[in-house]
Amino acid sequence: MKKGTILVLLLILGTMLLGITYKRSETLYAGGGLWAPPNNWNPITPWAAVTGTIGLIYEPLYMYDPISDEMIPWLAESGGWKDLNTYELKLRKGIRWTDGTFFNADDVKFTFELAKQIPEIHYSTIWKWLDNIEKVDDYTLLFHFTEPLYHEWTTNLYQLPIIPEHLWKDRTKEAILTGANENPIGTGAYLAETYDQDRMVYLKNATWWATELLGIEPTPKRIVYLRALSNNVALGMIIKGELDISNFFLPGVPTIKKFYGIHTWFEDVPYMLSDNTAFLFLNTTKKPMDDVQFRKAVAFAINSEEIVEKVFEKQVLPSNPLGFLPLDGWMKYYDEDVVNKYGFEYNPDIAKSMLKDAGYVDKDGDGFVEAPDGSKIELSIIVPFGWTDWMESIKIIAANLKAVGINASAEFPDFGRYQDELYGGSFDMAINNFGSYLSVTIWTFYHWLFFPISDYMGNGNFGRYDNPEVMELLDEFNRTPFDDVEAGKEIASKIEEIFLKDMPAIPLWYNGMWFQASEAAWTNWPSENGPFHYPSTWAGRWQLGGLMMLTDLKSK
Amino acid sequence: MGKYLRRKIIIYLLTFFFAVTIDWIIPRFMPGDPIRTLLSRAAMRTESMELLYNYYNKVFSLDLPLWKQYLNFWGSLFRGDLGTSVYLFPSPVFDVIKKAVPYDILLLVPAILLSWIAGNKFGAFAARKKKLDNTILPIWYVLTATPYMWLGILLAWFFGVVLGIFPISGAYSFSMRPSFSWEFIWDYLKHWILPFGSLFIVQFGGWAIGMRNMIIYELESEYSRYMEAMGAPAKLIRKYAFRNAVLPQITGLALQLGVIVAGALATEVVFSYPGIGYLLLQGILNGDYFLIQGCFLFIILGVLLANFFIDIIYVIVDPRVRRGMSGETA
Repeated sequence: MKKGTILVLLLILGTMLLGITYKRSETLYAGGGLWAPPNNWNPITPWAAVTGTIGLIYEPLYMYDPISDEMIPWLAESGGWKDLNTYELKLRKGIRWTDGTFFNADDVKFTFELAKQIPEIHYSTIWKWLDNIEKVDDYTLLFHFTEPLYHEWTTNLYQLPIIPEHLWKDRTKEAILTGANENPIGTGAYLAETYDQDRMVYLKNATWWATELLGIEPTPKRIVYLRALSNNVALGMIIKGELDISNFFLPGVPTIKKFYGIHTWFEDVPYMLSDNTAFLFLNTTKKPMDDVQFRKAVAFAINSEEIVEKVFEKQVLPSNPLGFLPLDGWMKYYDEDVVNKYGFEYNPDIAKSMLKDAGYVDKDGDGFVEAPDGSKIELSIIVPFGWTDWMESIKIIAANLKAVGINASAEFPDFGRYQDELYGGSFDMAINNFGSYLSVTIWTFYHWLFFPISDYMGNGNFGRYDNPEVMELLDEFNRTPFDDVEAGKEIASKIEEIFLKDMPAIPLWYNGMWFQASEAAWTNWPSENGPFHYPSTWAGRWQLGGLMMLTDLKSK
Repeated sequence: MGKYLRRKIIIYLLTFFFAVTIDWIIPRFMPGDPIRTLLSRAAMRTESMELLYNYYNKVFSLDLPLWKQYLNFWGSLFRGDLGTSVYLFPSPVFDVIKKAVPYDILLLVPAILLSWIAGNKFGAFAARKKKLDNTILPIWYVLTATPYMWLGILLAWFFGVVLGIFPISGAYSFSMRPSFSWEFIWDYLKHWILPFGSLFIVQFGGWAIGMRNMIIYELESEYSRYMEAMGAPAKLIRKYAFRNAVLPQITGLALQLGVIVAGALATEVVFSYPGIGYLLLQGILNGDYFLIQGCFLFIILGVLLANFFIDIIYVIVDPRVRRGMSGETA
């Protein structure tokens, strides 16, 4: 009895001593893309899935490198338009799902066709212009289109994750659309190992296909993707070298960088790559924002340079008049002539005279202009409360507008109210950037800016700018072969001209691809001097460079 | 006693019903649409957007008329189903809360109890020692009045960054997986000490100041003076004063313990401590009706239970309540 008790006690003590601790030299600590406790690994609902679900676990057919503006075949070995209506896709041989099954054309066909069966899958609209998918052999597919939308198709190639047919074909519609998909099986470089409220842990897939087929291998054995609840925690951790890569917006980076040797993409100003464009949306259904002259005067009155300097400490760049990100993929459509002719710049004098010419003058002598019909103008600019950088920005904008005689003030409703006002169309002016993120084509950007009008504008064109002509041009652009840049340019120039003439929204500055890295444990981070990988770990961005960054890291 | 309890229980049941109803109504009056918030994270085509919106609206039964939603809510509540979180789609609210609550309890119960005991002792002691009252208590006044956020950040900065002895975020190291090992327990304690300490400091001050003021008041009151005049020993007077002074402190303690599920929001933000406070905040920011309802339900239950216990404890510690029950008049 006594001996037995001692034995049991010893056994308990023995197991108690076996803790699991990750080795620092094998573990990458990353953060900035996890905003909620991990609880969803379903690639069909990417907006709710943990960052890395797409990119680290599930992989798309292609990768897109925004720095070199190249589409990189990934699960696909090659692909191209056989004729104007047929896209031929050849898949790589020798790729396995992490359960050991081989990946082949059936999986790709299944992934696309699933959205035909279930229209609530977000990419189901593809079936409006895709006719059928023909399986030639196990590794070759032909996509027959009724009306190929080349630009949109290209974005799908690198955004849609391919799912394994053998594990998904028997799932119910409900499981597919509302399941958490715990223990996800993909083809990717990492496996979902464990998670807790404030972290997601990925373990390297030892048998990842790309190691054999492409000769690349991610260096970290584990990625601990952590969720920091506040900036000061993230900042403290990166200074102490406990966080290796941070994709958080951290104020004060230019100063801290010098003291603590924090790594950023650019050694000097602006430190960060540009990721998306912040726009000032003007509610074109309300007076006086329905007046083009008024909107243009607002554009001339805003000093983006001042915002960049005072609010962002020059961590970002002011936008060009079109709002195009400074990326080759977009700038090739940037028409200098159109911008020179119709563009705007910060110039309060021009703003004032434009207002005057359009009949906006100060009649009652209170220092602010009245509308041509004599009514008072009192406008508010909104951003969600707590978004401190934007809050400071709209204070500057309000001051800029007051300086030219427009009575505008900054307001900070909570996010719910902001959303209601913005989507419901009751706001005057608001800042937003939700759909201006970088992509392979300006189509995504313009689709967001000119989103078709409905009662509830939940996904773009918040100012409710109504112009059927521009939507037609955009569809035409979408139907122009991706490689036919010349034809695309011609259409893009027309859209640009309309945009600048009508000014439905005003581009202000580029929000950065916030990237701060510590060299305490890992080196060879991406930078302007190479390696040239887009340094993002945000959800849906791993396939833009984040994964490649992992293959270049060196343990210290 | 039986009659007293019966009356109390009826009152508590009614309170529960109204509180839960209000809990159900309030989120629905908030601006913002949870499903829109959920889907605004996705970029997609116009046509998909509406389809998805309708589908997920149905999944969360938000397409039903309000009265039906309300009845369904009570129905599922009795089945122990708190619904699915929108913010943490597709986790059930109950699971979300279940995962967060242990962190709160392990942090807050010791902080509240220890600060209460220590604060009361110290306050009672300080009330009699002029020197202590004049030197140390003002420091606690300052600490208690400091904005908690600032105090927390200061502690994190000094002990975490400057001295580097304590970690500043999380409940345990990011390099660990929970296991029943000495290494892990040690690590957990190291993460626990700063948030605990910050809560302790602030609450200790509050309790001590409260106790000190009460004791002084009691010692100045008529019965104390009478006893003094009668020649009762100082120790006995203090004992009576303490017993009277501690009553409001017990109420305070129970209320504190009652809202424990609500966590300490500021603590959780400053130290990135995974508890329910932060979840609740996120639920509110994301218009997540179900998560808000669930969290508040636990708070309501906590407060009601705590109050119920005070009612019972008062019977024991406060002779006036006891006498009132047996029909005597004071």
